[in-house]
Amino acid sequence: MSGVLARARWYWLLPVAAVLWEVATRRAEAVYFPPPTVIVARLHEMWFSGPLAGLFLTEEAVHDLLPSLGRLFAGWALAATAGVVLGLALGRSRTLAALAEPLVHFGRSVPPSALLPVFLLLFKIGTPMQVAAIVYGVVWPVLINAMDGGRTVDRGYLETCQVFRVGAPTRLVRIILPAAAPKIFAGLRLSVSLALIMMVISELYGSTEGIGHRMLEAQSQFDIPAMWAGIVLLGVLGVLLNVAFLGVERRLLSWHRSARHDTA
Amino acid sequence: MTSPALRRGALGAAGVVGFVALLEAAGRLGIIDRDVLPYVSTVLATAAELAADGGFHRHVLATLSACAAGLLIAFAVAVPAGLLLGTVPVVERSVRPLVEFLRPIPSVSLIPLAMFVFVDSADAKTSLIVYTCCWPLLINTLYGLADVDPLAKDTLRGFGFGEPSVALRVSLPSAAPFIATGVRIAVGVTLIVAVSVEIVAPGGGGIGAYLVEAGSANRADRVLAAVVWSGLLGLAASLLFAAGERRLFRWHTARTGEAA
Repeated sequence: MSGVLARARWYWLLPVAAVLWEVATRRAEAVYFPPPTVIVARLHEMWFSGPLAGLFLTEEAVHDLLPSLGRLFAGWALAATAGVVLGLALGRSRTLAALAEPLVHFGRSVPPSALLPVFLLLFKIGTPMQVAAIVYGVVWPVLINAMDGGRTVDRGYLETCQVFRVGAPTRLVRIILPAAAPKIFAGLRLSVSLALIMMVISELYGSTEGIGHRMLEAQSQFDIPAMWAGIVLLGVLGVLLNVAFLGVERRLLSWHRSARHDTA
Repeated sequence: MTSPALRRGALGAAGVVGFVALLEAAGRLGIIDRDVLPYVSTVLATAAELAADGGFHRHVLATLSACAAGLLIAFAVAVPAGLLLGTVPVVERSVRPLVEFLRPIPSVSLIPLAMFVFVDSADAKTSLIVYTCCWPLLINTLYGLADVDPLAKDTLRGFGFGEPSVALRVSLPSAAPFIATGVRIAVGVTLIVAVSVEIVAPGGGGIGAYLVEAGSANRADRVLAAVVWSGLLGLAASLLFAAGERRLFRWHTARTGEAA
């Protein structure tokens, strides 16, 4: 208990900063920087003042947040799958890796936001274009980490497999995938925050719904608190996604940490 | 050059040529609709034309100068801040929660705000680059300072040096490789942020503005050619900084920090 208190003590700056922000913005009456209480009130009114039956979500929330989150998870899942499959294939074959390496380096150097106009030409406005943008933005760290993980499987395990004539599918699932898992998870962790960035930018650029679009609408209607509410919501979303991911990672990789004593 | 390296280079080149040939074949055979995507050869020809196009040069320059300015300002802000946080533990422990709170805010979500606050969209772009680059620089500086050999610090203290000069003579040099890693990560992010701002607010020019313009004129060849250039620029920047880092810090094989 005292440990919790001792740790909580170090959070003193958060409330102080909030109060300072409130006081400063109220005194300065800055148009573009509304006081935090106003932002939170707007956030609540806009998205979370719905009926209990709908988990307090308003109709607007269902209209704005759910499509955004759906695209975020769909894009992330697609990219994660593609990245792991391609990455492991490239990691296990030296020739394939050498063939693809320059292309991979080029591909990941293209700023994903630069491809938004391309995807707009290809898919027109709407969900496929946004999912494509998220997939492209997210796939590289997963692919490169999976490639790295696939390349560095302990040779002893592979030779044991050979001795016991373990088939290729079993070898992939039981040996290679677990061996590469810590690296893959490192890539996936990076990709979570990237997915959020790509979700927002794709909605700012070409969308008719979603959190990003809502923020742009708020901006054009000079509804500054609503715009800030979007920023706060996305920040909270970023924290939540990260925490959730770390929780899942800790659970799935607990064997790894108990096998070696470092925290990977 | 050793022969395995030569082999890898040859295979890599073959991979690129093969990929381009495959795409070209897919276009010519009608697998990729020509009305949607132009032939690769057309795109590459347009890319070559763009290399000699003064208008495109100006856009590229607008993007790169915003990136460079943003990176420099972020460096000037984040490294001293990191030095302060890293050498005064009370400040570090107090500010840490605030940092952890602000860092997850996706920088692109600040674009609508930046468009309001800065009348000139070039300023909005630079300031967002500064905001984004500050985090990896700050985190890596802190990371490096936590890794300083305590014995070296104590030795200097033993000889009567004050805390500021310990920080400057021991902590900063031994944290430098980590800061360099932070710079490399930040470089990768600058281009993404710059282009993101440019496509949402194309008023200030830049590669993103060019992409939007070409896209609305339905010139897919120009869009793709500009994408090719943006990829080459990003690749060149990351190779340049990685090479510089290797050269400067050959004595130190820094663990690669977390990418932002």
